[in-house]
Amino acid sequence: MQGDVFLQLTVSGLSNGMVYALVAVGFVVIFKASDVINFAQGEFLLFGAYLAFAFIAQFGLPWSLGVLATLLSAALIGLLVERLVLRPLIGEPVISMIMVTIGLSSLLRAIVNGIWGARPRAFPNFMPSGEVEFLGAVVGIDRLLVIAIAGILLAVLTLFFRHTRDGIAMRAIADDQQAALSMGISIKRVLAVAWAMAAITAAVAGIILANTVGVSHDIIFIGLRVFPVVILGGLDSVPGAVVGGGVIGLLESYTAGYTTSGLELIVPYIVLIVVLMVRPYGLFGKEIIERV
Amino acid sequence: MESGIFFSDYRADMALRRMPLQKVRTGLLLVGLVVFPFLASPYWLNLANQIAIATIGAIGLNILVGYTGQISLGQGAFMAIGAYGAGLLTVRFGVPFYVSIPVAALITAVAGLVVGLPSLRLKGLYLAVATLAAQQIVEFVVTHWTGLTGGTEALVVPAPELFGARLNTDGRFYWILVVIALAAALFAANLFRSRVGRAWVAIRDQDIAASAIGVNVFGYKLLAFATSSFLVGLSGALLAHYRSIVTWERFTIEVSISYLAMIIIGGLGTISGSFFGATLIVLLPAMINTVGRSLQDTAPWAATVLPYVQQGVFGLVIILFLVLEPEGLARLWRNVKDYFRVWPFSY
Repeated sequence: MQGDVFLQLTVSGLSNGMVYALVAVGFVVIFKASDVINFAQGEFLLFGAYLAFAFIAQFGLPWSLGVLATLLSAALIGLLVERLVLRPLIGEPVISMIMVTIGLSSLLRAIVNGIWGARPRAFPNFMPSGEVEFLGAVVGIDRLLVIAIAGILLAVLTLFFRHTRDGIAMRAIADDQQAALSMGISIKRVLAVAWAMAAITAAVAGIILANTVGVSHDIIFIGLRVFPVVILGGLDSVPGAVVGGGVIGLLESYTAGYTTSGLELIVPYIVLIVVLMVRPYGLFGKEIIERV
Repeated sequence: MESGIFFSDYRADMALRRMPLQKVRTGLLLVGLVVFPFLASPYWLNLANQIAIATIGAIGLNILVGYTGQISLGQGAFMAIGAYGAGLLTVRFGVPFYVSIPVAALITAVAGLVVGLPSLRLKGLYLAVATLAAQQIVEFVVTHWTGLTGGTEALVVPAPELFGARLNTDGRFYWILVVIALAAALFAANLFRSRVGRAWVAIRDQDIAASAIGVNVFGYKLLAFATSSFLVGLSGALLAHYRSIVTWERFTIEVSISYLAMIIIGGLGTISGSFFGATLIVLLPAMINTVGRSLQDTAPWAATVLPYVQQGVFGLVIILFLVLEPEGLARLWRNVKDYFRVWPFSY
């Protein structure tokens, strides 16, 4: 019996962790390309979830078209944000970058609230919702599906960074902007691609969340909960985001399962502080050593 | 009109307000502050008090972020420590407010030292994330340590008394707040003319260079955290006594963000900017509210979108200032002053 509980906690932790990983990859893509940390990632999620809700529930599109439309609009929003907000600020200090994405998060949240209102909405689930017996534990199919979708997407992203032109350009820019520029890489184009990709991964995560936990404003808080994931994995590492997401998801799930006091709300942040003290660049991040 | 700066002794050169126009403006400001409560309605007094409290907090945050360059998302947590410190001292031990407020500010300064410890190893983005974690942990402790703080229940603080008079009206509290806010501004303005302030600015501009010329970087960073938290705790403690009610909702990450917005919009690393930013961020939602109310008859739907409009405008103002005038309102104010200093012969 004890083992079943453990397995169930593991699966739900992993599936939450993979959602975190998807959101975290959005952070990583942007950070890799431009050294900006996007505090509006939670709002990108929210936008994704509500757009999916609008296309599928309000306009009545079949779910496949709805998802496609959501991803396209998300990419468009990402491009707009990059063009209008981030590009004028290239080269500004860290505090400006942090604050501009915070301002953006406030603005995006207000837009979502203004269009769809603040109350939670019922989402027409299109992911299968049955349960299967798995090593003696009952596990929701949607949970397993989440793990699979996230796994595929993350694999695609890893391949993107290894083998495509834009992916390699992104790594080049992250490594040395000046050198990349002199090799004829268009930083503007790459940054635009990065923001579109971050918005798309966030939209995928948003659609998954809409299916598993519903469409409501609680989604925003996931944006904040992803900081421990990216710091643990390393801010510029896609595999790091996956490992970090898994570890934080499992940790939360076990703490929630075996303790009662709501400790799972802060365990990730305690991990975050420990990681920052011991290994600030995370498990897989690029080591930048600067001693003062 | 001025044609140059002609000081014949060091005293005049080192004065805080050097130019005749500066002295005139300072005089006008002081007169305005004294006359204001006799002319203003309770609504405006309430806003003025909020601005005064926010100014103290913003000056505190500006010391850390604007002058020392250490980004903090933990403002809400420090204000919570100050507010709960003052509130609990008064409620549990019956300490009068003129003792509880400074003690709470000192407690916050110690908490600031603890949160500042990671700055030994972290800077920039990483420090911001570490203070974000501190914010979440303090929020958790406040809401879950029911025995001490009462958890999510509101903590009711009795109205403060001074010489037998109850300071329970906006008009009476105004004087305390204005005096403390002016003192905080004066303290900060002088601090940045001193060795400590210059060390902080050196760390902000280039920490390696600062270390090379003999600034004890870590020590001064910690001092910045402590000084900043002292003022932030002070503003939290004042808020507790002013509102006479302390709830955790007033000290969330949203508060940290709105204070960061104040100093960004006002101008990083300026005292006047802290005041301008605090004024704008306090007045903005109030103004939008007034406009919404006046529209209520013609457009009843206005009331339902009001909170979203406030939120959206807040975000938009931050973005617009960062994109269009990164140096904030303080810079705009300086432009106005420069324009009039040589007006009408600006060549």
